[in-house]
Amino acid sequence: MSNKDSVSRTLLMALALCLVCSVIVSMAAVMLKPKQEENKALDKKRNILAAAGMLDESKSIDEQFALISSRVVDLRTGKFTDDVDPEKYNQKKASKDSAQSEALGADRDTAKIGRRENYAVVYLVEPVPGEFDKVILPVRGYGLWSTLYGFVALESDGNTIAGLGFYEHGETPGLGGEVDNPRWKSVWPGKQVYRNDSVEIGLIKGTVDKQSNDAPWQVDGLSGATLTARGVTNLVRFWLGEDGFQAFLTNLKSGEA
Amino acid sequence: MTSTTKETLLTPIFKENPIALQILGVCSALAVTSSLQVTIVMCIALTLVTAFSSYFISMIRNQIPGSIRIIVQMIIIASLVIVVDQVLKAVAYGISKQLSVFVGLIITNCIVMGRAEAFAMKNPPVASFVDGIGNGLGYSVVLLSVAVVRELFGSGKLFGFEILPLVTEGGWYVPNGLLLLPPSAFFLIGFFIWALRSVKKEQVEAPEFTMAKHTAIEEGA
Repeated sequence: MSNKDSVSRTLLMALALCLVCSVIVSMAAVMLKPKQEENKALDKKRNILAAAGMLDESKSIDEQFALISSRVVDLRTGKFTDDVDPEKYNQKKASKDSAQSEALGADRDTAKIGRRENYAVVYLVEPVPGEFDKVILPVRGYGLWSTLYGFVALESDGNTIAGLGFYEHGETPGLGGEVDNPRWKSVWPGKQVYRNDSVEIGLIKGTVDKQSNDAPWQVDGLSGATLTARGVTNLVRFWLGEDGFQAFLTNLKSGEA
Repeated sequence: MTSTTKETLLTPIFKENPIALQILGVCSALAVTSSLQVTIVMCIALTLVTAFSSYFISMIRNQIPGSIRIIVQMIIIASLVIVVDQVLKAVAYGISKQLSVFVGLIITNCIVMGRAEAFAMKNPPVASFVDGIGNGLGYSVVLLSVAVVRELFGSGKLFGFEILPLVTEGGWYVPNGLLLLPPSAFFLIGFFIWALRSVKKEQVEAPEFTMAKHTAIEEGA
């Protein structure tokens, strides 16, 4: 019987090991933290650029993002606000906090998001400072299995789509996951959102008939992904509708935002 | 390299493959093999964790009290995994996002614990380290072959480069969507084990029971 199995040795060993391991782990975490934060910020910028269809792999992300300014919009009034710092505001967290968001009833909650936050961060693309060319809006909504998170980019008329993309979702690969297909995403730019002030854009079954009068408001469906397609239609309509950014877009166009 | 070291290193690759023979660590094999790039990072992470955890555990193996030895092994493994996860987040953020929880799940990967308990507790540090590398390589061989099949036939690509042009992008290849879903890895690992055991017949396990002969139902029975 060696004394390594005695109670005191067991406790001592456990304590020593825990100390050594915790020092190593915390050292790694602290030393790598700045690099990780940097990566996270870069990843978000990349998502925004990709959604807007502006991502150019040959240039650095920061260089491309220099043209973009982030602003906070109060979704209740549809105007810019300076109450919240866009750099520090966590929209995902705010949407779950009852003090910073509003519960949507079943009839209003078409995107099935439960609660809508009061403030949203939007991105203005300004090749010339002060004159925006595109506006990028965050959107999210439920598809078949998961909440899809993405961005919609609109041209300066607030009506023409400049791009759409999702950066996080858990839809079926090959079916609903085709929302990431570049060919499908490329049919979005140029589509119209509003007709007589109501949101009209949506996915249809099959391919859009280009001769049809409704063609500017219709987007090709995704075969084998009826429910994901319905989710995408609902979330785009929700976020560009009355409970989303419609008031803000109207204000933005008339210069009152 | 002495012959025993060489044997410790190479035996786990085909002869005593941790996935194919011991059927350990299948969980992550299902989850991360839909693209080759992610798989390679996972293989490197697992190999390093297995090697270093075996090394450290073997170093203190004579000091570890028997009553808490599994906990001690877990602490060492968990610390290493957290360090690997932090490093990945700092240097390969995109890939670490795709691997998400599976790096963390290396902690519960049976291969790591299995080697710690079966080999490192009884052998010197260097041999344990080599054994960890060997088992990591054995794991990698299976994962990489599964990933090649899944990515090539599931999305027509290898390392993200197009090999088979897809119908949806104007080519001719209709991808097999099943291959992108986790169950397909089960089938592929099954085929891998089948092929391996056809070559190395000594790996075939003796049947645990024999099927009774089919008997006709008697009238009124």
